[in-house]
Amino acid sequence: MKRLLSIELQKIWKNKASKVLSITYFVILSFIALIASIKFDIGPVHIDAAETGIFNFPYIWHFNTYIAAILKFFLAVVIVSMMANEYSYGTLKQNLIDGMSKMEFIQSKFLTVLVFAGVSTAFVFVMTLILGYSFSSYNEFSIVFSDLEYLLAYFIKLVGFFSFCLFLGILVKRSAFALGFLLVWFVAENIMHGIMYRFIFNNDDEMASKIFSAFPLESMSGLIVEPFSRLSFIKTIGNQIGVEGMKDYGVHFSSILIVLAWTVIFMLMSYKILQKRDL
Amino acid sequence: METILTITNLNKIYNKQVHAVKNLSLEIHKGNVYGILGPNGSGKSTTLGIVLNVVNKTSGEYSWFGGTTQTHDALKRVGAIIERPNFYPYMTAKENLELVCKIKGINYSKVAEKLEIVGLTERMDSKFSTFSLGMKQRLAIASALLNDPEILILDEPTNGLDPQGIHQIRDIIRLIASQGTTILLASHLLDEVEKVCTHVLVLRKGEMLYSGTVDGMTNKKGFFELKSGNLETLKSALENHQDIEKIVEANGDGRLLVYLKNNLEAEDLNSYLFQNNIVLQHLVKRKHSLEEQFLELTNNH
Repeated sequence: MKRLLSIELQKIWKNKASKVLSITYFVILSFIALIASIKFDIGPVHIDAAETGIFNFPYIWHFNTYIAAILKFFLAVVIVSMMANEYSYGTLKQNLIDGMSKMEFIQSKFLTVLVFAGVSTAFVFVMTLILGYSFSSYNEFSIVFSDLEYLLAYFIKLVGFFSFCLFLGILVKRSAFALGFLLVWFVAENIMHGIMYRFIFNNDDEMASKIFSAFPLESMSGLIVEPFSRLSFIKTIGNQIGVEGMKDYGVHFSSILIVLAWTVIFMLMSYKILQKRDL
Repeated sequence: METILTITNLNKIYNKQVHAVKNLSLEIHKGNVYGILGPNGSGKSTTLGIVLNVVNKTSGEYSWFGGTTQTHDALKRVGAIIERPNFYPYMTAKENLELVCKIKGINYSKVAEKLEIVGLTERMDSKFSTFSLGMKQRLAIASALLNDPEILILDEPTNGLDPQGIHQIRDIIRLIASQGTTILLASHLLDEVEKVCTHVLVLRKGEMLYSGTVDGMTNKKGFFELKSGNLETLKSALENHQDIEKIVEANGDGRLLVYLKNNLEAEDLNSYLFQNNIVLQHLVKRKHSLEEQFLELTNNH
């Protein structure tokens, strides 16, 4: 396992573009802390981001993992290109000839996905602790370390998403097209939702949404729902204009299972493609 | 003799239409240098691709080293370069070879030694993308030699190289062959194969036309070039000789090409003709080159 990982990390780390993108990702990730310095005035109302409660434990786990997940596209580019490059350089062929099995090849890529997701999760964990201890109104141990399931959801979300990217890289063989395909897929999922809602379930949103939430990208984005409407001051505004805050913000075991299932499916399909294709 | 590779009844059909390899069977033995000959599209690269785990076979079997190991583990004991050199352009020569070491599960100690053999020591810290085609091909050979392979497979190693490049590759192949490494060389350059190889396999349209030693293929019969004052008497005298298969007039310069059924020495033919009162102006016994034999073989089938 160490051998497979070191092979893959050498491939990525020696590539200047991948290296720059990875470093940029972590630098931008740490800029989440800058949200604390957002202060602005709307007429007489003074808004200070750090004082709105977004850095309060345990809410900050939710908020930070949600924001950090948006940045995953940086690493997605690295992962898609690390796969597509193997095709365009002809090195996939050479790796196999040199004695790597097709299974080992997929394993080394998937291990890299786990490492990227793991490092990113650890980074978010440390950053959130620092931010939280600096700005949170509550510092009791039991409160600080509650709601940690958001961190688990974050990790699963990244692993699922990167696995999808890896699969697309293998399927499409060109990084630009694979990323384009990702966008097309996202649009297609939403169109499917619309079709199901309008034509199959006769405007019954409950059924349509249930099925929609099992689609790959939707299931990943559903792991951590948006945290903004959960903020107390926004809730207050919502209540005043008559919107009931009945939303469920938790991380569901079922959503984690669905994303894990997709991850397994993507990896198995990647392996099947690799096995069937003549190089 | 120890068998390195056995192929039995191998078939490959691309897209259910193109029958690239037809029921091919062969054995590669340790210590021999094999040349695989065949026109473009004869199934050479496909066959090599199958045994190297990058092309899926349609049916048939192959086994490395007597079938005791799995293909990918067996390939760690094989060195192979196919068609064009495939490396990571952003890594240096040394880094690329170190990556191959990791894949093969060996330590880095051989990297410098193999770079020395192919004459790339000075450029080992240059990026692969800055290399000329000849250098890339030499790096590929170094990479194939890293594990001191039991068999070296080279598919068109001199394709696209300039004369100097071809010369360098030829010298390297000779050196490796002289050290007793088994080599499988697919090439269009027939004089190349004739000089280096001990055995030849001739393929055409996915079928094996000939398999055996180089000598067996080139030495088969031989032929004479003859010239005399009176061609007609020469011709009729030759037609009566029992060892002669056919007589062909060469293009316009009055020479006759005489093909043989059985072996016949120049001496004997000369005295036979002299007894028939024919004096020759020109008498040469020639053997077919591998190239002529190859062309004859592939055209007749």
